Amino acid sequence: MSGNVILDVRDMMVSFSARRAGRKYRVQAVDGVSLSLAEGEVLGIVGESGCGKTTLGRTLVGLVQPDSGNINLKGTEVIGAGGSGLREMRLNVRMVFQDPNASLNPRRTIGDSVAEAADISGFFKSRAERSAAIAATLTAVGLNPSFAARYPYELSGGQRQRVGIARAILPTPSIFVADEPVSALDVSVQAQVLNLMMDLRDQLRLAMLFISHDLGVIRQISSRVAVMYMGRIVEQAGTRTVLDHPLHPYTRALVAAIPKPDPSRRILGAIEMGEPPSLFTRPHGCAYAPRCLMASDRCLVDVPQLRSVGADGRTIACHNV
Amino acid sequence: MSSNSVTLWLRPFTARPIALAGLGVLVATVLAAVFAPWLSPYDPYAIDPLIRLTPPNVTHWFGTDQFGRDTLSRTIHSSRMALLIGSGVVVFALATGVPAGVLSALFPRLGHLLMRMVDVLMAFPTLLLALGLIVILSPSVGTVILAIGLGYMTTTTRIVYGLTLRLRAETYVEASRSMGAGTAWLISRHILPNLVSPLLVQASFVFAFAQLGAASLDFLGLGAPPDIPSWGNMLAESRTFITRAPWLLFFPGMMIVATAFSLNLVGDALRDRLDPRFRQVFGEKG
Amino acid sequence: MLTVRDLTVSVGPETAPVDIVAGVSFGLAKGEILGLVGESGCGKSMTSLAVMGLLPQPGPRVRAGRVLLEGCDVTQLQPWQRVEAGHGRMAMIFQEPMTSLNPVRRIGDQIAEAVRVHEGIPGAAALVRARELLELVRLPDPKMQLSAYPHQLSGGQRQRVMIAIALACRPQVLVADEPTTALDVTIQVQILGLLRELCNRLDMAILFITHDMGVIAQLADRVAVMYAGRIVETAAVDGLFGAPRHHYTRGLMDCMPSRNSGARRLPTISGQPPLPGSVAAGCVFALRCAAVRDECRVATPPRLEASQGHEVLCAFPLARGELP
Repeated sequence: MSGNVILDVRDMMVSFSARRAGRKYRVQAVDGVSLSLAEGEVLGIVGESGCGKTTLGRTLVGLVQPDSGNINLKGTEVIGAGGSGLREMRLNVRMVFQDPNASLNPRRTIGDSVAEAADISGFFKSRAERSAAIAATLTAVGLNPSFAARYPYELSGGQRQRVGIARAILPTPSIFVADEPVSALDVSVQAQVLNLMMDLRDQLRLAMLFISHDLGVIRQISSRVAVMYMGRIVEQAGTRTVLDHPLHPYTRALVAAIPKPDPSRRILGAIEMGEPPSLFTRPHGCAYAPRCLMASDRCLVDVPQLRSVGADGRTIACHNV
Repeated sequence: MSSNSVTLWLRPFTARPIALAGLGVLVATVLAAVFAPWLSPYDPYAIDPLIRLTPPNVTHWFGTDQFGRDTLSRTIHSSRMALLIGSGVVVFALATGVPAGVLSALFPRLGHLLMRMVDVLMAFPTLLLALGLIVILSPSVGTVILAIGLGYMTTTTRIVYGLTLRLRAETYVEASRSMGAGTAWLISRHILPNLVSPLLVQASFVFAFAQLGAASLDFLGLGAPPDIPSWGNMLAESRTFITRAPWLLFFPGMMIVATAFSLNLVGDALRDRLDPRFRQVFGEKG
Repeated sequence: MLTVRDLTVSVGPETAPVDIVAGVSFGLAKGEILGLVGESGCGKSMTSLAVMGLLPQPGPRVRAGRVLLEGCDVTQLQPWQRVEAGHGRMAMIFQEPMTSLNPVRRIGDQIAEAVRVHEGIPGAAALVRARELLELVRLPDPKMQLSAYPHQLSGGQRQRVMIAIALACRPQVLVADEPTTALDVTIQVQILGLLRELCNRLDMAILFITHDMGVIAQLADRVAVMYAGRIVETAAVDGLFGAPRHHYTRGLMDCMPSRNSGARRLPTISGQPPLPGSVAAGCVFALRCAAVRDECRVATPPRLEASQGHEVLCAFPLARGELP
């Protein structure tokens, strides 16, 4: 870890009530997650769908209320703070969404969408200042300032995602929560948007929580990776350490399952790891035990806690490593 | 709105002659209402017993009624009442139904309460509800608007409620919330602008049904005061002469059918305009 | 087995058609998996629908070309006529299995219905066959899953059910349109493994449509790269990934983060694919090609055979191992 920590999350718990077959359930989406982000640092969050990575991101931008836990932003406690603390968080922590088509209101101009956060908080003193800021922001994400007067349907998918990013950097925040920001884009466009996000990271010293299922993308952009499984972080370390030498059996399976673009390294048929258990029927011990080839009796009853293992700040939650 | 978007709105009409005809009938009716005193060949109230129940002829194109009043002039003047009631009902239904629907969708507790009340109102047939109200509050133009409008407030509320629930779940609404937007911001910037087009369609149908409702009430003697010319009143007054002077029923009857039918055609065309598949055919990406 | 020759799919008026698939040709042999790869809007899905005879009506239509299944042209036949004709059989699976399954009917009944339609066997026997099919696609606990409803299954299990339904007609060709795109990688690898296994066991040919080069590398025997409605490169999978000859293929591979080891920035392909019908002359990739020459903008590029079985639609293809 380097630089000064600007976001520190401790023991965050988020649950939802859900109904299934007429019965009410409490689903623990995020189950005691702790993480920290330094200025300009990108933390990749990976895991299968339903592992809680999206809920984690939504909690950090205030879309979901956590049941318990602390969120500390630049030394200030955000949870429990009044309106000003929340407002501070909302301008400082911004979200980039997955689907660029759905995240822009079709009836608002690009300029209105880009300036939305600033408009909500009454950031601009004059119209001239507002349009100058919109033009500057559009230029910063590689779009022509004339796009401000256009509507989303006139733009391509990649351009729309640039608008989604522009909206998140006006006024300049300190943290991005990016939930699968390039998954809906074609490879060639994906590369352009990733480059843009890396540029912003470097120019604006943006810290990012980069949520993705694509480990290739994660490898490119993040400096650290946290692997989530059923609401918990099961392994966390520097990107290379996690992806090149995974230790947790789940991380190993996840890394092995990526379709490598190299026909000489075929893995099909080698991996049969079943499916994640339903959130309604969480196993008692380690949540991964039912799918784990290394599971012992202890794993079935005792929930493994995160502990430090080896170098590179690696933490891991497994009894057998 | 740029001229480009105006042509886009007109395309469903130009692509379908019958919708264009409907639009034409409506425009003609509005013109007739506005310019009634200049368009009418005679005073619609002038009684002339000498020419009572004259069939259509060169001097009285639509004939005359049992008091010798010119049917054409009365039909033209009636369009004023029709438009007054129609727009009154639309304004009432939207002014009450939109806030009720939007707020119900955004505040679930309020929604539960309001939607149950709407359910109760919807359980009554619209006309029965209107009749009851008019009996309670003495008949007047305002009462008629209120009585019919109440029936369409419920459907408007339901439609707006459903649409708002869907809009509330849109990612761009989430994005706005994540940036700290309050309810007023969400309603004014995200929800209302996206309700405009579907409400335009709903308004055209409400207008059409208000025409039919008002005519029914007039016919029953519970609508507009009988001295004011309206198509329903004209029908009611002339029903005893149905065999001797069928033209007295034919012209106002035709107008009721024509306006209601035209409004439905226009509503259909507008709805097609909103259908993304249709939009694509006409070169606008959805 | 399956031969597609100069397939052209068009939209728009008869007098001024716009080709969204322009002269696509490929062949598919028994037990072979052909990967059709390209970015969104390149015409890969339209090609697959045209091959299946499932183009949405009204809308795009096959304007020219032939689809020969076991030597018989099926372009003009409706899907049910194809079955009755008794020539070859094809089946298709899609990206989102939930929308292809009836939410209020049991899995077993839905598979049995497909069995009855294709084999004309009565209810009980059809259910037995349905269970065999579920075993074939390795759905855990097939007997119990017969009476499950689609919402009770996970995404991966639903896709297995869809494959079982597709197999009910004992297809010789299976067309798979992005069947794993909506799934997690851990599930994807299992479904891909299943498709490879079925292909070998049933001697079935698979036309696999995807945008994911990684999936292609793992699964396909041969690859056809599509761009702007045309196949720009066809090769055996090793040849293509070892030495791509078309500048577009090369560019696609370079901008994949997982092939980019260590570089700080990702290489990109500038610009966007052209809209269908907007390129009047020359090569469709000329606008974005880094190695474009004057001829490319005016002359239609030739289809060159770069090596045995490796074709490329380019006048100046990359040499083996050449960096662009």
